[in-house]
Amino acid sequence: MKRRDFLKGCLIGGAAASLGVPSKSWAVGSFEGYPDAMGVLVDTTRCIGCRSCEAACNKEQKLPEPDVPFDDTSVFKEHRRTTEKAYTVVNRYEAKDGQKPPYRKMQCNHCNEPGCLTSCFVNAYTKTGEGAVIYDAKVCVGCRTCMVACPFNIPAYSYSSAFAPVVKKCIFCYHTRLKFGKPPACVEICPREALTFGLRFDLIKMGHERIRETPDRYVDHIYGEKELGGTSWLYLSRIPPEQIGLDETVGNEPIISNVKEFLGMVPMVLTIWPALFSGIHLLATRNKDHGDAHHNHSEQEDGKK
Amino acid sequence: MKKLIASGAKTVDSPQKSPGRNWTIMEKLFLGLTLQQYIGQAIRNPLNWIFGIIFAIGIPIILGRFLFGLSWVTHSSNDYPWGLFLAFGLFGMVPLSSSGFQLGTACEVFGRHDLEPIERLGLLNGLLGYFFAVVYLMIDLGQPWRLPYPMAVAFGPASVLFLVAWHVSTYLSVQIAEVSVSFFEWIGFPIGIRAIRKITLGLTVSGIILSTLHQGALGALFTYAPGKVHPLWYSSSFQWIHFFVSSIPGGLCMVIAVSTIASNTMSWRFDKRFRDSLDRITISLAKGASMGLATYLTIKLLSIAHDNKWGYFMTGYGQWYLVEIMIGVIVPMFLLAYAIHHNKVTLIRFGAFLVVFGIFLNRLNTAYITFNWKLSYREIPHWREVAISITVYSIYIVVYRFIVYRLPIFYQWRTQEELAPAYATETETEIEAKALKNAEAAAS
Repeated sequence: MKRRDFLKGCLIGGAAASLGVPSKSWAVGSFEGYPDAMGVLVDTTRCIGCRSCEAACNKEQKLPEPDVPFDDTSVFKEHRRTTEKAYTVVNRYEAKDGQKPPYRKMQCNHCNEPGCLTSCFVNAYTKTGEGAVIYDAKVCVGCRTCMVACPFNIPAYSYSSAFAPVVKKCIFCYHTRLKFGKPPACVEICPREALTFGLRFDLIKMGHERIRETPDRYVDHIYGEKELGGTSWLYLSRIPPEQIGLDETVGNEPIISNVKEFLGMVPMVLTIWPALFSGIHLLATRNKDHGDAHHNHSEQEDGKK
Repeated sequence: MKKLIASGAKTVDSPQKSPGRNWTIMEKLFLGLTLQQYIGQAIRNPLNWIFGIIFAIGIPIILGRFLFGLSWVTHSSNDYPWGLFLAFGLFGMVPLSSSGFQLGTACEVFGRHDLEPIERLGLLNGLLGYFFAVVYLMIDLGQPWRLPYPMAVAFGPASVLFLVAWHVSTYLSVQIAEVSVSFFEWIGFPIGIRAIRKITLGLTVSGIILSTLHQGALGALFTYAPGKVHPLWYSSSFQWIHFFVSSIPGGLCMVIAVSTIASNTMSWRFDKRFRDSLDRITISLAKGASMGLATYLTIKLLSIAHDNKWGYFMTGYGQWYLVEIMIGVIVPMFLLAYAIHHNKVTLIRFGAFLVVFGIFLNRLNTAYITFNWKLSYREIPHWREVAISITVYSIYIVVYRFIVYRLPIFYQWRTQEELAPAYATETETEIEAKALKNAEAAAS
């Protein structure tokens, strides 16, 4: 290669890098979701705790028989979480001011910038254009970092399987329904229309309208609109979200924002360290006969010098 | 072993058993003892009996983990995905293995030849620590046979763990190359030694890069869980710095701790150079460690101030945090400073053990004990989980001992030419040749 060609190459490469990199880094952290992403608006003021969504999910996803039948309300005595056998659970929370106790359905919230996805080192998770966060069991190694990274504690793991343990979580009925534009099984079965399926942007508008029309029915907040960079599943509530088990301390930044300070440091170390330490090496061994330094008796040599 | 040495048994420290006759590999494996002598010394060592009992219980449990699944051995759950294997085995052992890159850097890059007698121990300690951290990881992974996937099948390059996977595997090969010099000397493969020597500087510098990044990356892994790690152990900006900086005194003190154990149990393996310089080197390492501790303490407090977390000190977790900092950082820091000043090597060694304990405690606290502090229940490890952890650590010790018994780590391999004088002095001609060379170098 001629010198001129080399320089030309450098220039072009540098220009490409300077053009390409910033636009990408600006995009990270301000991603507001795919324009056609679907979502579900959960109106917890309408939920009566019938658990039919749990039953529908169980059937749709072909999950094993539950330990307790779906019409048994004794499960409300404690707060349950999602498991490998149940991708969604409904919990009952404490009643306020003589009102009926509120219920809330829990499942994967399908974040716009999912913690599970960004933490996965084999890219097993995908945020589809339809808004679902799906999981590829074929590449999963089982490190369970996604479970650590999920701020909602949603992914479960089939620990009891010896040879093919995998992560189990709600996938928005992607393969059987969402892909074909159909609402997930839980939404379809809900007898109270507590769950509304639609474009995420429309749902946010709808949520704000409901709050405006009946302000005493709702707290003026849609949980999931901004939390953790936005989620596909959104919640309306009569009482503050934390009283129905929605963590309000999660903040509005996606999980990956916390990790960026470290990730930003990586290229710096990769570039500076080799030069820095080779330089130090040259300085440190400047007046020494370094060729022999690895000799077995270097200590004696040093002593003699 | 001491008795055997006293009774005149000769151990392998050079290629030749007697002039004109080389040791065979079998003889080298048996340390130059006869089979009977070897088995005799192994049986007389009470530690081997303890290991025997541990293995008898632990190895079947490890096999059981792969037959019956993780739920048979751990209490790892959907809320607590990471248990003792990772908190103790991975997060605890990796920082204590930073000795490899530190001593490599000091000797090869900074030209600190006074530390050279212990360089190989530092490298070996690094290699074994990493290797067994990976063993713990393999036991914990759901499908360990897929461990190479991030290298070959599916890539998640934006993930911190992706960086850890690549760096740890690259660094393991770097460390194997660095330690292989001892192995090549031992089996007698001079071409290999020369080849590695040529790339030593490159290996060392890549070791620094890889270590900085993955020691930090292990800390950065916890920045994925800002709501789960207790605020006192969490800091978005400082997490990776905490993990990296604490690994510096951790690695140095681990080398001091190992050399202390070795000098109490297997000083027969030390040659004169190592025995004579150990105290001096221990003090040098302790100096580095105490400076590392001071830096660590400063940035620990800085991160508390940065996020204004002083209020947490009033809680139970806050007091537990203070216990960790006191035992693992402040007390050993003053101990080391005092001991260095007054040349009290025994005290330094005690301080080094405290630091090692402190590192384990810190990693256990971050990953396990205070993890999920908002949840109402704490996870207590399954007894089989504890048993496996102890078993793997015992295997680690046995392998460690197996290697330092044999390879020239604590002693120098005497090559054919210098066999005659045991602790060779240079001959006239050699000195002359060197002076000539120096003059040439100065002239150019």
